[in-house]
Order: sequence, then C-alpha cells, then structure tokens
Amino acid sequence: MSTIISAGTNEGGQELRSRSELSAKELFREVGAVLRLSEAEAAKLAEVQTEAPEDQTMIINMGPQHPSTHGVLRLMLELQGETVLRCKPIIGYLHTGMEKTGESLTYMQGGTNVTRMDYLSPLNNELVFSLAVEKLLGIDGEIPERAVWMRMLLSELNRMSSHLLFLATNGMDIGAVSMMLYGWREREEVLRFFQKVTGLRMNHNFIRPGGLAADLPAGWRDDVLEILENLPSRLEEYDILMTGQPIWRDRLQGVGAITAREAMALGATGPILRSTGVPWDLRREMPYLRYDDVEFDVIVGQHGDAYDRYAIRFNEIRESMRIVYQILDRMPSGDYRIQNKKVTPPPRARIDESMEALIHHFKIFTEGFKVPEGEVYVAIESPRGEIGCYIVSDGSSTPYRMHMRAPSFVNIQALPHMMRGGLVADAVAVISSVDPVLGEVDR
Amino acid sequence: MSDAVETTVETVETLHGCPVVSSRGQRVVLVARENYVATVKALLADGYDMCVDLTGVDYLGMPTRSVGAGIQPERFEVVVNLLSLTLRDRLRLRVQVPESDAQLPSLFDVHPGTEAHERETYDMFGITFTGHPDMTRILMPEDWDGHPLRKDYDQGSIPVQFKGSHS
Repeated sequence: MSTIISAGTNEGGQELRSRSELSAKELFREVGAVLRLSEAEAAKLAEVQTEAPEDQTMIINMGPQHPSTHGVLRLMLELQGETVLRCKPIIGYLHTGMEKTGESLTYMQGGTNVTRMDYLSPLNNELVFSLAVEKLLGIDGEIPERAVWMRMLLSELNRMSSHLLFLATNGMDIGAVSMMLYGWREREEVLRFFQKVTGLRMNHNFIRPGGLAADLPAGWRDDVLEILENLPSRLEEYDILMTGQPIWRDRLQGVGAITAREAMALGATGPILRSTGVPWDLRREMPYLRYDDVEFDVIVGQHGDAYDRYAIRFNEIRESMRIVYQILDRMPSGDYRIQNKKVTPPPRARIDESMEALIHHFKIFTEGFKVPEGEVYVAIESPRGEIGCYIVSDGSSTPYRMHMRAPSFVNIQALPHMMRGGLVADAVAVISSVDPVLGEVDR
Repeated sequence: MSDAVETTVETVETLHGCPVVSSRGQRVVLVARENYVATVKALLADGYDMCVDLTGVDYLGMPTRSVGAGIQPERFEVVVNLLSLTLRDRLRLRVQVPESDAQLPSLFDVHPGTEAHERETYDMFGITFTGHPDMTRILMPEDWDGHPLRKDYDQGSIPVQFKGSHS
C-alpha cells in the first residue's frame, strides 16, 4: 500500500476562469501581455478585453476526447462568436509518473521507460537517455564509430517516420483525408525496417547506454535504399496534392502566426522556432554524434504560421533522406557497442562456455551497473524540437532523478498565443501544426 | 572506462558573483536564492536568451552531498537550463531551496516559457513560485494529496479489481 504524505497544499482550480473572477492584471497576463510585447501590441490586447463583456463570450471545452487534439489534450477556449479570445491547454490526462518510474529502473532498463514518452520518435528518446548516461559514465568519447553512425541512421529514419505521420495527421485535420492514408503508408515502410532491425515497430529499447542492442541485419542497406528510392516520387505527389492547392494554402497561410521573439520567450524549439526565421537546429548548432560530418540544410520559414511549419517538416524529410544517403556511403565496419566489461553484457556464445560470463550477464541485467555520482543535461534535436535528459546519479545503479525536457510539453504553451484572435475553425489547424505528442507532454 | 571520471570540481570562475563549477564538462552556476531572478536577468542581458528547462530535485537521500564551497546544501534544488542562441552555449543554474520554506521567486516575467515548468515543479515537488500567475497543479488532478516526485512519497501501487477475479 502506498503512503501518501499530505503537504497541505491549496491548489485551486486548474481551469480557465471567467472574466468576472479575474482581476484586470490576471486577465492581461492570461492573454499574454507579458510576452515582451511592444506598447502598441499591448494596447491592442487591452482593446480586445474591453470589447468583450462577459455575457457575450462563452467558455467551451475542446477535448480531451476531440479527435483532432492528437490524444488527450483539452483546450478551454473563450469564444466571442467564432473568434478565440483566450485559450488554456489543460494537460495531465496521460500522466503516468514516468519520471518517478525512472528512478526505480536501472540504467539498463531505463530505455524501456523513456522510449514510451514520445512514442512517435522513440529512438530519439533512447538516444538522448543513452547519451546522458554515457556522459555520466565518462565513456561518451569511446563509443565505436559504427554504433555512432547506426544511431544517426536510426535517428534520421525516425525523423522521417515522425514527419510522415505529421503529414498524415495534418492532412486529416485540414480535411485532406487521402493524405492521411498516404502518410500512414509511407511511415509504415519505415516502421517495417525498424521491425526488421529492432524486432519492434515502436518502443524499441534498441539504443542503449554503450551502443546498441544488436548489429544491423543482413540486407539492411537494400531495405533502406528501397525506402529512399520510393519516397521522392511520392513526396512529389503530396507536393501536388497539398502544397500548391489554393484550399490548402488558404487553410494554413497566416494561421497561428507567432514571431521569433515570442517563440524564444516561450521556449519553443524545433519547427516552431524555425518557422519564425530562426535557423536553430541542434544538429548543426551544437553537433552531437557525427552530424558535423554530413551535409544537410536547416530549413527555415519566415512567417511563423502553420503553413511554414508544414513546409519545414515536409522539406526536413528530404534533408533527412540526404543525410541517410551519406550514412549509407560512410557506414563504418566495427563493433556496434562499446567493449567495456562494466557496461556491456558478454556475448551470448560466451555464456555457454564460461561461468563468469554467465554471472556477469546475470548481474548486468538484474543489478545493473553503477554510475558515478554527478548530474548532467544532454539535449538533441528530436522531430519536435529540443529533447533533453537531465540525470542526477547518486552512485548507485538507478538514477537518483531522471527528468526529460519534452519538446511538446513546452511547445504546447505557444498554443494560446497562436490561437488568440483567430477563428475557432483554425484551432484545429494550429494544434495540428504544433504536432504535440501527448505521451511526451504528460509523461 | 577511465578511472579519472570527472566529478563536480571547484573552479575559481565566477559569473555575476556566483561560483561556477564544472560537472562533466558542463558549466553550472550555483546561485543563491536571493540573487536568483537578478542573475537570470543579468544572464539574459549577456545573451542567454532562452530558458529551455526548469525542474526540481529532491535530495532527501543525499544530505551530505557537496554543492561547492560556501553553499549550504538544502533538501530541494531547482535546476534551470539556459541556452544562448547567439553564443551557442548552455548554462545550468542550481538553486538551493530549503524544506522549511519551499518557495522561490518565479521567472515568469523574465522567461514566460517557464510557466508550465514551474507549475510542473510545484506539482511534483511542492516548491511554490511566488509571482507566478497560475500556481496550480498541471499534471496531477487538482484535488491530489502530496507531491509525487518527493523522495518520501512512496511509489506504491493501486490495487486493481479485475472483473470476475476471485480475490
């Protein structure tokens, strides 16, 4: 049984309160006046406030079961007619305490936990967790080349599959339902490759501290090439189907616009920040793995609207394909994991011959390995932005504290600012363009 | 693995009057609670223009840990990760928060993006951020007792009644 320690808290409601209950200052803050706005912009906000007396506005819930909220996101919207005046995202419906769970799993088991956070790019979660643990162990410079390039290959393929699913759901949300089927179809081809390599379509636990769980299977190169060769012509099709279409453009252009200053103040990263014209991609600005050895472009928008975010993700698929081609050319041979007795379990064949190997294998998988005391924060570029892992170790074999900086959790804060003053019909397009994964938001 | 794994070592560097230590090669600023907001503001002026992460740690089980000379380790710690797009640099701030007075001024007016993080830290650790516009729970239900990521909060389990089971 659990013992619950009451700390005597008095939280109050989490919900969007009606105007009559709020002071002018609170209301001002809620509509985002704090966002380092200019005087003129702040004055405009104040006008919105006076224009809408309380009896003319309505607070409605969108979600948590709304199909276009990508999971269990609930938005409280204050509407005046069709116009969104205020919006408050309410989250936590998928909270399962994964950070708490992470404290009782060994560093070896931790991958199974973090991979379930952002379930659309599981390999990136595992990657950032492994990089953090390796940094704590002090072995981050000793990972074999092949392991590093394999990690890059999987990370980029995962970026492609995640963005393909974005194209699918974005299309579906806007009304281009045929795109939904196409997007899922292409993603499935990438997942089929993942299944061949890792044994699972999702939640792989394949990238582990010290390297990877296994080497690439025979014939992997042909499988990747097949994906890469099929995709360009299909992307062309989607370009024709969506990018150039007047209806598509009308639904997205100018919708949910955000400025670079706002995005930075809100901590938004990834395609949202890049759509405002800030060329910030951790793969290029703070390279990890071997991203400084491959050529690719950082796609940048200029209007900060939903259309730019769509176009950025679309073109990032092409850039990822460019990177994967280079990885195919340069994939080194060698070991797929570090040969360090402390971290690496002995090979299967040794277990049959050697009692010590059997004991060693057993200990690594039951007790885990000890990690020296310290704390570290490592961040990489996931398809949604900066995913960071903060681990505090007390010298035992489980993390003392494991925190994930989830990009969706932060990006969702931008929703009220993107929606303010827009139409309620555009709300769906805005949520879709932020592309949140609720598993990661709530953890 | 090399034996010389670098632990948190003392350096002579200071930043805005706060000692800077190195943790596995990453720069960590140890900030006193009184100078917390002022330091973040000064760092913003220095070019650390984004606050990417803010979280808490409950050091209940590690009371004698070292956090640098002259700094009294407390039960809670708030960890802030700053990022500079122009300097391409990261900086981490660690603030000690005593259990008896678990509160800290909010960063909301400096970095509005910490709004959700501070609510999460409050929800999980019970650290109150004064000046925050909406200091409510964010992940747990609003009538929840306790703060789950505290070390004295048992992980526990909820008995599940399965339909048709004999127990």
